[in-house]
Amino acid sequence: MGCPQGQPFSYIGRASKGIPSCHFPDRSDKHMMNATSSQRSQFISGVRDELPILIGGAPFGMVYGILALSAGLTPFDAQAMSAVVFAGSAQFITVELVHAATPALVIILTGFVVNLRHALYSASIAPFVRHLSPAWKGLLAYLLTDEAYAVTITHYRQEGDLTHKHWYFLGAGLALWTTWQLSTAVGIFLGAQVPASWGLEFTLALTFIALVVPLIQNRPTLLAALTAGLVSVLAAGLPYRLNLMAAALAGILVGLGSEKRWQ
Amino acid sequence: MAVNIWFIMLSLGLLTFLTRLSFIALHNRWAPPELFQRALHYVPIAVLTAIIVPELVLHGGSLDLSPLNARLIAGAVAIFVAWRTKNTVLTILIGMAVFWLAQFLIL
Repeated sequence: MGCPQGQPFSYIGRASKGIPSCHFPDRSDKHMMNATSSQRSQFISGVRDELPILIGGAPFGMVYGILALSAGLTPFDAQAMSAVVFAGSAQFITVELVHAATPALVIILTGFVVNLRHALYSASIAPFVRHLSPAWKGLLAYLLTDEAYAVTITHYRQEGDLTHKHWYFLGAGLALWTTWQLSTAVGIFLGAQVPASWGLEFTLALTFIALVVPLIQNRPTLLAALTAGLVSVLAAGLPYRLNLMAAALAGILVGLGSEKRWQ
Repeated sequence: MAVNIWFIMLSLGLLTFLTRLSFIALHNRWAPPELFQRALHYVPIAVLTAIIVPELVLHGGSLDLSPLNARLIAGAVAIFVAWRTKNTVLTILIGMAVFWLAQFLIL
C-alpha cells in the first residue's frame, strides 16, 4: 500500500514501492482521528502560501476579461475560456490572435507551445503524487499552473509526511482557480471602465519575474534566460507569436549546451 | 467566430490539460530519456523570460531601451527586488509602484 491516509478514492492495492519520501503514518487511533484535521491544515496552508501570488494574478485576470471582450468574445465565452483553458498567458495570447483573425490551428499550436512548460511542472511533481488515485491526479493536473506549482513544489521539497500534502496542492490550486474565475468576471463586468493607462496587464510580467528570477541559479540557467529574452525580442517581427517558440528552443539549447562547459 | 472560438478553446484546454497530466500520469510506467528531463529544466526559464522581455523593451512593435521607458525601468527594479528578496509580493508591488511613478513623471 502507498500512503493510505486521506485518500477519498480507492486505490488500495496499487503498487507504490520504493517511494523514499513517502513516510508511512503509524496507524494509531490518534493518527486516524487527526487525519481530517491534518488535511484541513494542509489545505489552509496551501491557500495561505498562495495569497502573495494572487496579488499579481487578480489584476491580470481582470485585464484578460477586458481584453477578451474587446477582441470580440462574448462574456460567456470569455468566462468559459478561463475555466476550460485556465492558463493566463496562453489565454492572453489566444484572444490577441483571435482578434488578429489568425487561423485556428496556428492559435492552438501557439497556445500549446506557450503551455509546454507545464510538462516540466508535471515531471517535477510526479514523484510526489504517484501514490494518489487517477481522479486526484486528474484534478491536480488541471490545477497545475505556474503559480500553484511554485508554492507547491517548495512545500513538497520540505521535510515531512507526504500523506496529506496533496491537500496543500489542492488549497494552493483552488485559491488561484477561484481568484482567476472571479477576476475574469470582474474584468468582463467592468470592461472599458478600467482605463488602459493603469497598465494592469503589466502585473503578469511582474509575476513572471518573481517566479523566474529565483530559478536562475547558475550559468546555464542565466544563459538560457538571456538567450530566450534576446531571441524573443529579435524574432518579435515573426507572425503568430512564433518568436516565443523560437526563443524557448534557443534558450533550452543554449542552457543544455553550456552545462558541460561550466558545471 | 462563435463556432471557431469554442473549437480553439476546447482544443487548447484539452492540450493544456494533457500537458499538465503527462508525467503525473506516466510516472509509474515510463521514464523519459535523461536528455529530455534535462531539457525540461530550462523550459519555464526560457518560456517565461521570452514572455517577459518583449513586455519590457518593445513599445508598439519597436525597440525602446531609453530611460524614458516606464516598463523597462519598473521591470529592471522588479528583477533586482526578486533577486535580492525572492519575495513575490514585494516584487509585484514595488514593480507596479515604480511603473506608475515612472509613467507619472515621464508624462
